[in-house]
Amino acid sequence: MIGFGLVLFVVLVAVIGPFVTPYSPNVNAPLALDFGRPSAQFLLGTDIEARDVLSRVLDGGWVLLIMAACATTVGVAAGAAAGISAAYLRGISDGVIMRVVDVILSFPQLVFALLLLSLLGPKLWLITIAVGVSHAPQVARVLRSATLDLSERDFVKAAELQGMRPAKVMRKEILPNLVSPLMVEAGLRLTYSIVIIAGLAFLGFGPQPPTANWGVMINENREGLALNPWAVIVPALLIALLTIGTNMFTDAFARVAIGVDRRPEEAALIDDLGDAA
Amino acid sequence: MSQSSGAWVETSAAQQVVRLKVTGLEVRLGRSGPDVVRDVSFAVSAGEVFGLVGESGSGKTTVALALLGHTRRGLTITAGEILLDGTDLLTLSSRDLRAARGSRVSYVPQDPSAALNPALRVGTQIREVLRVHADAVGDVGDRVAEVMREVYLDPTPEMLRRYPHQLSGGQQQRVVLAMAFACRPSLIVLDEPTTGLDVSTQRHVLDTVRGLCRSYGVAAVYVSHDLAVVSDLVSDVAVMYAGRVVEIGSAARLFGEPVHPYTRGLLGAVPSPERAEVLTGIDGQQPRPGRRGAGCSFAARCGHAVGVCASQTPEPVTVAGRSVRCLRATDIEVIRPERPSATASWPAVAAPSALSVRKVTARYGSSPVLSGVSVDVPPRTCVAVVGESGSGKTTLARCVAGLHSNWSGEITFEGTPLARGARHRDQDVLRRVQYIFQNPYTSLNPRKTVSQIIDQQLTQFTDLSRRDRSERAVGVLEDVSLGADFLSSYPDQLSGGERQRVAIARALVVQPDLLICDEVTSALDVSVQAIIVELLRRIQQERHLAMIFITHNLALVRSIAQSAVVLSKGRVIEAGPVEQILEHPADPYTQRLMEDVPKLRRA
Repeated sequence: MIGFGLVLFVVLVAVIGPFVTPYSPNVNAPLALDFGRPSAQFLLGTDIEARDVLSRVLDGGWVLLIMAACATTVGVAAGAAAGISAAYLRGISDGVIMRVVDVILSFPQLVFALLLLSLLGPKLWLITIAVGVSHAPQVARVLRSATLDLSERDFVKAAELQGMRPAKVMRKEILPNLVSPLMVEAGLRLTYSIVIIAGLAFLGFGPQPPTANWGVMINENREGLALNPWAVIVPALLIALLTIGTNMFTDAFARVAIGVDRRPEEAALIDDLGDAA
Repeated sequence: MSQSSGAWVETSAAQQVVRLKVTGLEVRLGRSGPDVVRDVSFAVSAGEVFGLVGESGSGKTTVALALLGHTRRGLTITAGEILLDGTDLLTLSSRDLRAARGSRVSYVPQDPSAALNPALRVGTQIREVLRVHADAVGDVGDRVAEVMREVYLDPTPEMLRRYPHQLSGGQQQRVVLAMAFACRPSLIVLDEPTTGLDVSTQRHVLDTVRGLCRSYGVAAVYVSHDLAVVSDLVSDVAVMYAGRVVEIGSAARLFGEPVHPYTRGLLGAVPSPERAEVLTGIDGQQPRPGRRGAGCSFAARCGHAVGVCASQTPEPVTVAGRSVRCLRATDIEVIRPERPSATASWPAVAAPSALSVRKVTARYGSSPVLSGVSVDVPPRTCVAVVGESGSGKTTLARCVAGLHSNWSGEITFEGTPLARGARHRDQDVLRRVQYIFQNPYTSLNPRKTVSQIIDQQLTQFTDLSRRDRSERAVGVLEDVSLGADFLSSYPDQLSGGERQRVAIARALVVQPDLLICDEVTSALDVSVQAIIVELLRRIQQERHLAMIFITHNLALVRSIAQSAVVLSKGRVIEAGPVEQILEHPADPYTQRLMEDVPKLRRA
C-alpha cells in the first residue's frame, strides 16, 4: 500500500509536472543567480545555469519513466521468450540460448549498457534497448526454471497429443501459467531500469542538454551542493522514492499472487489441510 | 457417547487389557474454529489392531496424530481424553509427552522414504531411537539386532551400514517399523503404512505388524482408506465420515452386514477380484470442516435420507452389535440389496485386432523398461494391463499413445503402423487414439475453463463451427454426467472425480476408436473410483470402443475388462480372458499376485 502510494506520487509528479512548471525549465530565469537558495520566487532555488530547480524537477521525470517502462517491457519480453523456449525445447536450443545468456550475464548491467552505447552512440531508443537487453538474461533464468517444471505437467503432454506445434504449446498452455512470475519479474526489472537509466543519464548518456532529467540534474548540480543542495537532493530523492516504492509494491504483489494464484498441487495441499484429513 | 462405545468394547475386548481408550476427542481449526474431528471415542486392547477407515478428508489422520498428542499446524485438540495405560496423554507436560512419544506410543507414517533421514545409515537411525529413550532397554547393540530380526531384516553389519536409498520400499518400511517397535511401546499408530508398496510387499508388512502386536501385546491403530486391507487385519473398526465416527464395531460384523448407509456405500464401491460386480459409487462430496451444518453430514448423499435427517444430528445408537450414528439405523438395518453382477455380454470377436503391439522393446535412457512385449486389443474390447510398480505398464501405454518415443518393434493400429512419438503422427491418428492421464490434478490446464479445455480439443481435431463445437461440448459433458453448468468452471473448482470426468470428456468429444486409461483411478477415493470405472465401462460398451485399462489393482480388472495382460519386469507373464487369468492363473507370478491381493472379508 505504501509502495503503491509512493509510486503513484512520483508518477503524478512526472506526468503532471510538465504542465504546471512555474518557469520554462530550460531557460535561465530572469534576474536569477547560479545556485540561488530557495526563495519565494524560486521555491527550490536555482541551478548551475540559474534555471528554476522546481520547474526542471517537474519536467525531468517523464522521459525517465517512459524509458524505464519501455526498457522493462523489452527486457521481460525478450527474457521470457528466451527462457520459455530454452526450457520447453530442451536440447540444442536450451544449450545455445543459455550460453548466450551466461555471456551477457557475465557483464555487470551498467557496464553492458555502456558498452553497447559507446559502440552505437547515445540515442534515446538505443539506451532503452540496451537497458532492456541487459535485463533479459536474469528474466530468462527465472522463467526457464519455472517452465522446466511446467513443461513436465500432463496438460502440456495432452496438448502435444493434440498435435499442437511447440510455439503454440508455449503460448497457449505454458504462458498463461507464468503470469505471476512474469509480473514479479516485471516489477523488479522496472526498479532496476529506473536506477540504471538515471545512472546512465548521470554519466551523460541520456536526453541531451539542456533537456531536464533527474539523472543529469544530479550530475550537473553536484558542484553547487554547498550553495543550493536542493538541486541535487530533490531529484535524487524522487529516484529513491520511485525505486523503493516499485520494490515494495512488487513484493506485496508477489505475496498476494502466491496466495491467490496457487499452483494445482498447492491448491490440493491447502484443500487437504482444510479437510484436515 | 460413552454408553455406545461401552457396548461394543464388552463384546470384543472385555477379556483383555484395554491399552488405549479415547473418549470424546474433538479437534478444531484454530482454538474455536469449526470442528475437524468431533466426538470420537474408541478403545483398543493389548495385542489388537484397531482399524480407522475413511476417505480423504474424513479426519482419520487428524485422529491418528492426536493419539500422539500432536496436531497439524493450525489445529487444536479442544476436548476429550486419550488414556494410554491409564494416563491421559493430553494432560502431560510437553516434556513428558516428548518422553512418551517413541517409547510408549510410536508412529509409522505413510511414506517411509520421507520418514527416514537420507543422510544417516539405517543402523544409526534405529540406535538413535533407543538412545533417546535410554532407560527403555539394556544393551543397545543387542536390541538393534533383535528388533531387526523381528521385522525380518538381516541384522548384518552390512545391512546396518546401508543408507535408506540403498533399500527397497518394503525394506525401508521395515526399518521404520523396527524403529517404531524398538522401545516396545504400548501403542503404535500406523498411518496408511502400505500405500505405495506392491501387493506382495504390502502383505508381508501387514503380516509383520500383526505378528508383532500379538507377541508383544502392543495395541495398534491402523489408519487406512483401503477397506480390503483393513478387513483382513483388524479386529475392530471405526468408519469415519466428515470428522465423526459413523459406525464402529467388530470388523466381521461391520464388513459382513454394514448398517450405516455410508459404510454400505463404501463397501459397494470396493472392487472384488473374485466376483464381477457392478461397482456403485457415492455421488457428491464429503462436506469440509465449517460446512457441516445441522443434521446428518451424510444426508445429502444418502439414499435412505428422510426429512428429519437434514435437521437432527444423529446420536450413536446400538444396532446389531455395533454402534451407528444414523437416525434410521433400525429401519434400514433389514434392507440388504444384492450387488448386481457385471458379466457383460462379450462381443464375439473374430475380427483382426484394433491395436496390435508386436515385440516392443522400450528404454529410458539406456535402461530397458519393456522387452519384447506383444499385446493385442481386439475391437470393442477392453484389455486390462496389470502389473506392479516398475513392471513397465505405463511405459507401454505411453509408447502406444506417442508420449514415449524410444522404442523398437511394431505397433499397428487398424493395420497402419504407428510412428514413434506424437510429433510424427498425423492428426487423424492422434484423434483416434486418446489417452487419459493418471492424475487429473495435473492433466487439466489450471488457467483454462472446462469449456476452453474441451473446445481446444475440438479446434485441434475438427473443422466444426463454433456453434457445433459448443453443442458437442455440452453433449459430451452430459455423457460423463457433468452437464452444462460445469462449462465455465476452472479445474481448481472441481473435485478429483469431476476433474477426471472432464479429462474423459476431453478424450471422448473427438470420437476416438481407442481409449488408453493409465491408472485413471489411482488418485481418487474408492467411492469416486467406482463411479469412474462404471462410467468408463458404460461408455466403452455404448460406443464400442477398444480400450486399454492400465492398473496395479487386480481387483478392478474384473469390473471393467474382458481380457487381461499381466506384466512383470517389462515382460508379458500371462495373457488371456479375465476369468481365466483371475480364477486359474497359470503362471506362479500371477498366482502369487492373486493370493496377495487384499480381499474384502465380508463375513
